[in-house]
Amino acid sequence: MYKILLRQDLVPNIHLFKIAAPDVAKKAQAGQFVVIRVNEKGERIPLTIADWDREEGSITIVFMEVGTTTHRLALLEAGDSIADFIGPLGLPTHIEKFGTVVCVAGGFAVATIMPIARAMRMAGNRVISIMGARNKSLIFWEGELRSVSDQLIVTTDDGSYARQGLVTEPLKELLETGEKIDRVIAIGPSIMMKFCAKTTQPFGVKTIVSLNPIMVDGTGMCGCCRVSVGGVTKFACVDGPDFDGHQVDWDLLFARQRIYLDEEKRSFEQWQSQYGTHS
Amino acid sequence: MPKLDLNRVPMLKQMPNLRATNFNEVALGYTAEQAQAEASRCIQCPKHPCIDGCPVGIDIPGFVKAIRDDDMPEAVRILKDKNSLPGICGRVCPQETQCEAVCTLAKRKAPIAIGRLERYVADWERANMKSVNSSVKSTPTGKRVAVVGSGPASLTAAADLAKLGHSVTMFEALHVAGGVLMYGIPEFRLPKEIVQGEVGYVTSLGIELALDSVVGRMVTVDELLSNGYQAVFLAPGAGAPMFLNIPGENLNGIYSANEFLTRVNLMKAYMFPEYDTPVKVGKRVAVIGGGNVAMDSARCALRLGADEVYIVYRRSEVEMPARREEVENAMEEGIQFKLLTNPKSFIGDESGRVKAIELYEMELGEPDESGRRRPVSKPGTEYIFKIDVAIVALGTRPNPIIPSTTKDLETTRWGTILTDEATGKTSKPGVWCGGDMATGAATVISAMGAGKRAAANIDEYLRG
Repeated sequence: MYKILLRQDLVPNIHLFKIAAPDVAKKAQAGQFVVIRVNEKGERIPLTIADWDREEGSITIVFMEVGTTTHRLALLEAGDSIADFIGPLGLPTHIEKFGTVVCVAGGFAVATIMPIARAMRMAGNRVISIMGARNKSLIFWEGELRSVSDQLIVTTDDGSYARQGLVTEPLKELLETGEKIDRVIAIGPSIMMKFCAKTTQPFGVKTIVSLNPIMVDGTGMCGCCRVSVGGVTKFACVDGPDFDGHQVDWDLLFARQRIYLDEEKRSFEQWQSQYGTHS
Repeated sequence: MPKLDLNRVPMLKQMPNLRATNFNEVALGYTAEQAQAEASRCIQCPKHPCIDGCPVGIDIPGFVKAIRDDDMPEAVRILKDKNSLPGICGRVCPQETQCEAVCTLAKRKAPIAIGRLERYVADWERANMKSVNSSVKSTPTGKRVAVVGSGPASLTAAADLAKLGHSVTMFEALHVAGGVLMYGIPEFRLPKEIVQGEVGYVTSLGIELALDSVVGRMVTVDELLSNGYQAVFLAPGAGAPMFLNIPGENLNGIYSANEFLTRVNLMKAYMFPEYDTPVKVGKRVAVIGGGNVAMDSARCALRLGADEVYIVYRRSEVEMPARREEVENAMEEGIQFKLLTNPKSFIGDESGRVKAIELYEMELGEPDESGRRRPVSKPGTEYIFKIDVAIVALGTRPNPIIPSTTKDLETTRWGTILTDEATGKTSKPGVWCGGDMATGAATVISAMGAGKRAAANIDEYLRG
């Protein structure tokens, strides 16, 4: 059992948990993920590592309430425990002094891009970060991301805070200014990552995305998480989760993420009948 | 010359129509009377070829005689002296190709039903004896061994090493111990309660079990060796699925057998939505492959509620590597067989879901390296077959996580770890390997044999 040391409600439906997992914390690196199981009947789901504390022996995860498992997770408080916590999984993000790196975070992926931006900065890169959310109420960790970036651009879809627009717009502008950008890291909902990659493609800037297919074991034994990159089938859990965004078959990823929509709905309806709708 | 009794006592099974709708165990085991009757058929021949036929060298005539003499505690003692997992072996070992194949009475087509008797003894122990650790443990040696994996090879090695006095920690990547015994073999062939009972016996020997621990990620083999473990036994299994590499294979509804069985057996998807993990049930399911895993997958798919389940296998029935018993069980349950048939591609609908498989016919040509007649395509025989779920059960390859994170660990060209068959030694000092990671996908009992041999060699090494 893995104890929740701290709980923070960041914005509506997005929560931060700091979980006691000393062996995972010892080895965690930016870009890696964990697989968790909330209880005995629960499914195994992947969550990207947002941060770690090797001394304290803790891992920070940030998650959004979407279906049954994340809603059940959101019922837990500091002091409660979850059944299983496996990691660190996946290959860490490749960190190197590239020159200028643009980190783009969509929605709650600002949590997962944070350690990457931090590591890139520590490696001597000039880091320009772009973070976007639908509206002001969903913006969090702005200060945190700013503290590890040389420049931070914040966007909201509806313009209720900072710059109005999608994250791809300032990204395009940066590329168009002619400033030499050596690498782009884009993390967020699949559709956002696809469009970030499309935005950078004409400029030929290497763009790394962190793919988020459905997973079961997370160690490469089942093939559930298979994606197609450059026409070759890869397992996101052991070959990724980072991949070249220009080579990813996005349509396949979208289709495979939808496979259990009916079952997810059925499960969530059962959840709601037991726990009532989330207030 | 003693009168030979060639009437092999049959063992009851759940009726096919009923059992195809539930996940309860198919084979129902012997009653006490049946066990005694079968044990009494054994002529206790002096040559006892059965012992050599057993990969772990059980004193078969010994435990069979004890059943005959109604001394069940003695039968348990003899059996468990060599085999820590008798309830499992009694159910999944292919005795018909091992001990029973060389039984003196096999020549008369009535070999002693050693497997059924083994199961009887194991089940008797579970029902009648408190969890008594009857084995005598040696004095602690002060040496520590890391065992990677908690499947049959690891459980066997760990038990033997613990009995010899070493301090053992088992590292398991999943959230329960047992490896393929838990995620691979279905409930109706190997009840999970039995697996956990036998895992419990092994851990009761004083072994530390670290679940949720992925060696190669959470801790590397090199780190284990420099952090207090004098020896490492690698038995993580051949945990990477093989795919056909044909067009359309990534369509929704196409599973590797590993994924399908893990969802159904380990995560209990057959109880969705009470258990949260889903699996596609399908109306018409095609299972590609002819081994035990293919039979298991097909029989699970049927039990989930599929209307029709087909085995698609490129060779003919006699070449199928699955246990004959399981092929028969599958046929009795109504699974259909498309033999001498191979897939060419998968076809999907607009939403990315598989809706058909393109198949073509094969015929048998000259034998290949394995001695089996090589299947040869018959061009122009392609046809489209409607399906909505496919399970690819071609076998597994070694998982790359450990080889890619361990220095100086030589692998073979198939990705398995280069291992000395007699001792389990690898190219890396202090590191042994056994089970599917050394041999490629094989049986539970051969993994156990490898675990025994490696434990003996590790013990020798630790004692200097």
